[in-house]
Amino acid sequence: MIVMNNVNKVYEDGFHALKNINLEMKKGEITVLIGPSGCGKSTTMKLINRLISPSSGEVLINGRNVNEIDPVKLRRNIGYVIQSIGLFPHMTIGRNVGIVPRLKKWDADKINRRIDELMRLVGLPPETYRDRYPSELSGGQQQRIGVIRALAADPDIILMDEPFSALDPISREQLQDELIRLQQELRKTIVFVTHDMDEALKIADTIVLMKEGQIVQTGTPETILRHPANDFVRTFIGEKRLMPDSLYEIPTVDEVMVRKPVTAFPTRGLAEAIRLMEQRKVDSLFIVDRDNDLQGIVSIYQVLDQYGEENKTVADVMQPVLYSVKTGSPLTAAVELLNRHQLSNLAVVDDRNRLVGLITRGSVVRHLANVMPATSPAEEV
Amino acid sequence: MEANHLTIMDLLDYMGRNAGMLWEYFWQHVGMVLTGTGLAFLAGVPLGVLCAHYPAAAKIVLTATNILQVLPSLAMLVLLMLWLGLGSDTVIVGLFLYSLNPIVRNTCVGLQQIDASYVEAGRGVGMSPLQILFQVRFPLSLTYLMSGVRIAAVIAIGVVTIAPLVGGDGLGREIYAGINNQNSLRIYAGAIPAALLAIATDIVLGGLQRKLRLDNRKSGN
Repeated sequence: MIVMNNVNKVYEDGFHALKNINLEMKKGEITVLIGPSGCGKSTTMKLINRLISPSSGEVLINGRNVNEIDPVKLRRNIGYVIQSIGLFPHMTIGRNVGIVPRLKKWDADKINRRIDELMRLVGLPPETYRDRYPSELSGGQQQRIGVIRALAADPDIILMDEPFSALDPISREQLQDELIRLQQELRKTIVFVTHDMDEALKIADTIVLMKEGQIVQTGTPETILRHPANDFVRTFIGEKRLMPDSLYEIPTVDEVMVRKPVTAFPTRGLAEAIRLMEQRKVDSLFIVDRDNDLQGIVSIYQVLDQYGEENKTVADVMQPVLYSVKTGSPLTAAVELLNRHQLSNLAVVDDRNRLVGLITRGSVVRHLANVMPATSPAEEV
Repeated sequence: MEANHLTIMDLLDYMGRNAGMLWEYFWQHVGMVLTGTGLAFLAGVPLGVLCAHYPAAAKIVLTATNILQVLPSLAMLVLLMLWLGLGSDTVIVGLFLYSLNPIVRNTCVGLQQIDASYVEAGRGVGMSPLQILFQVRFPLSLTYLMSGVRIAAVIAIGVVTIAPLVGGDGLGREIYAGINNQNSLRIYAGAIPAALLAIATDIVLGGLQRKLRLDNRKSGN
């Protein structure tokens, strides 16, 4: 466990980079330090491996003040991943991965076994990649190597300074997923610095939000989303991620449904049914009696199948309606049914089985678009 | 002897007949260059490291070596001769002082141009300052260092040709003998090998310099 007590950092030019930081980073968790640039998040992280020393206050690792530990030794026992180009360009991938074990004077066999093991762990076969140089790998591959280099000597603590920020969005997502997967196995104490809120929400056990050298809010992603401490946090999270109130109350199907579904009486002939479908541009009709009581459904395929039989009516070809929702039920119930049975639409009926509306995939999307307006104009393709 | 009737065959003939003496001059020449620039390398690299770390020291050291380098070579050698007497040692000291500037400057610039994130990565993984210097900073600045050595060596090869003026050896002897005897064959026999040596050194060290560019290294496959 890492604890910071009343830590201040004042530079010679008088810049007060950290103001009274009190922080606890729990063992086996990912703590994400986040904030706008210049907020002191990297500085805070670098206190842990003494790349930066506090002007006052103390930093404790498992109860021991880091100031009492030789910085070189301390750093060999803390994994460190930095932004994109942390790999040494003049060393092969294998040498890069094995650097900390080599500094710790492990024997060569053990180092080699460890390198191979780690490279397999992130899906880079050592036979292929071991003897290559960093410039021969893609950005995503390089940063995988950066991550396993930090794991090489099996440290308990790993510091990651915006490790994925220079990657393209797809590689970034993959590496985040991989980090989560690795963490489930390894349970390291990870301190992760980022300015990307999506990244923080995705990987963090605890988020520490900083601004101008101070901690603004600490909490789980859920707490921060639900109870942002102030306007700064709210703006930083971004309005679109904060759930609008209307979503907390789940809408009923009545708010979402199409109110006038296309219906036909059971006595209609097949040719009439087709004409009606053409007119209203639909591929199926709900069959209702004079009381609007739902009898069944016919699709254009069933009609065309039997089209030769002039005497038949839609009543003869219709299918029973297998799934419907009652008016007033929550939208989630309808969406669940649509999804589970791969339906294109779903009838909404009242308690006397009268058809009152229709939920379609389109109507759900339209509703979502209304309650969650895009913050920036969507790109038109 | 009438110079305008000389042919390349005459020169080759002369050089063939005096091969033993010319080779001796040649190796003396090379020896002085190697010793002078070698000493400059041994002193210049640490000075370059110092300059890279302490900007205040850099100002003094670079200014001093700069002044040494802008002194005309003849003047420098003559001044050294007044102090050290005649002989090849005087020449070597002169070369040493001459070569310092390119080596110190290039070492310093080479170390400074390294992307700070490599140094931080080195610190972050737990390298000591010396390990960072030898395992990260030197490898990544080798190409600059080599370029300093190359400039120093090529200049030195030229400067050594005036060594006989202060009692030194080398191909310059043949040149000055030719001047004194008004024998252009001997002038050519000294000057052409010296020029070729300079060109060859430049090409070889240039190739080495490109090979030592490690910041974008590729494997064979």
